[in-house]
Amino acid sequence: MSKYLVDKFLFTIDRDPDLVERYREDPDGTVAWWEETQANRILGCIDDERSTWLAFTDEERTALRDHDHVALFEMGAHPFLTLTLFIAMFERDHDEPLAYQKAYGEALAHLSLPYPDITT
Amino acid sequence: MAKVVAVIASTHHPFYYRASRSVGDERPPFADEWVAKIERFRETLTRARPDVLVMVGSDHFHQLWLDNMPQFLVGKAPVYDANWYNEEREFGLPRFRLEGHEELSSHILRGGLDSGFDLAFSNELRIDHSVTCPIITLRPEADLPIVPIYTNIFAPPLPQPKRFVELGRQIRALVEFWPSDQRVAIIGTGHLSLELGGPRQFGPHGPDPEFDRKAVEWIASGDVEGCLAEVTLDSLHAPGNATHGFMDFMLMMGAAGDGVRADHVDSLDLFHTMEAYFTWYPEGAPA
Repeated sequence: MSKYLVDKFLFTIDRDPDLVERYREDPDGTVAWWEETQANRILGCIDDERSTWLAFTDEERTALRDHDHVALFEMGAHPFLTLTLFIAMFERDHDEPLAYQKAYGEALAHLSLPYPDITT
Repeated sequence: MAKVVAVIASTHHPFYYRASRSVGDERPPFADEWVAKIERFRETLTRARPDVLVMVGSDHFHQLWLDNMPQFLVGKAPVYDANWYNEEREFGLPRFRLEGHEELSSHILRGGLDSGFDLAFSNELRIDHSVTCPIITLRPEADLPIVPIYTNIFAPPLPQPKRFVELGRQIRALVEFWPSDQRVAIIGTGHLSLELGGPRQFGPHGPDPEFDRKAVEWIASGDVEGCLAEVTLDSLHAPGNATHGFMDFMLMMGAAGDGVRADHVDSLDLFHTMEAYFTWYPEGAPA
């Protein structure tokens, strides 16, 4: 279980316009590429000084490949990161203002307090 | 010594900029009332004639990240660029370039470190909408130097609510001991009840109107004690999963002073979250 790495994926994709489009169009390829080449990069360090130990669990990899924001919430990914990135990818597919945001919330309606812990 | 000419606490709603400028069919029905309230709020700062703004907010995973996360951080730079691609994308926010005030930053850092707050600092900080929203609402000219102060309300483990109050008190005291003739406004933004990315998001009101009602009363009356008696890191999950941003309001209650009633209090019940605006005049209301 690596909430930190899931959050790192969401964070690094969300801040880069090209990666937002790439993840929307090709989630399998983007997740595989990211885990292979980016997951162990320490932000602010040169490539040679990367970490050696970060990898997704199968469950995390599947949730990211499936664009499954409900599973991400259930595993404690930071909800702000998930929401922001998913609005960027999918709000455009909905005509009514806030329709995507409302549907996103409704998909989580089965959850009650306490929500999954987001502490990393 | 410097004068604290206004203490201001506000929600920071990233949709205000777009809503206030929209026209025709795009303009939401609540926009006119919202703009009128903001213009009255802005006047409370304008009347205080500040020279410098100390601005308390919270980075939303823009520059500060989980590999190196400070709890409280003071910007010390001559210039702050502001707003990020994902804020332009989602909220239509413009980019800004704000002047810094390094002397006051240094004074707050040194004084904080010497009085029990191990403050982090940044010499190159790109600030986000927690600071630029109040620039847009309160000082759209963006013509005053700022000292940004970031708090962690976002990435647990978080500091205790009491610590936010204490830091607010200390910031106020440090500004008042700054050997300068500058007029300083201390402005901080947070949230009332708020849910982001959870089942209660984007409802017709904030997720917990009862919490919001109590919170507005605590802030308006300066009821630090009552607020601290009820608010804990655990309790803040109940009103909404992003409600820990309320601790920035608690910081501002510390800056305003225990039991000091706000001179300006206003709120606006919007979809998704309630807006709330407070101004105190420590030197007395300006003419």
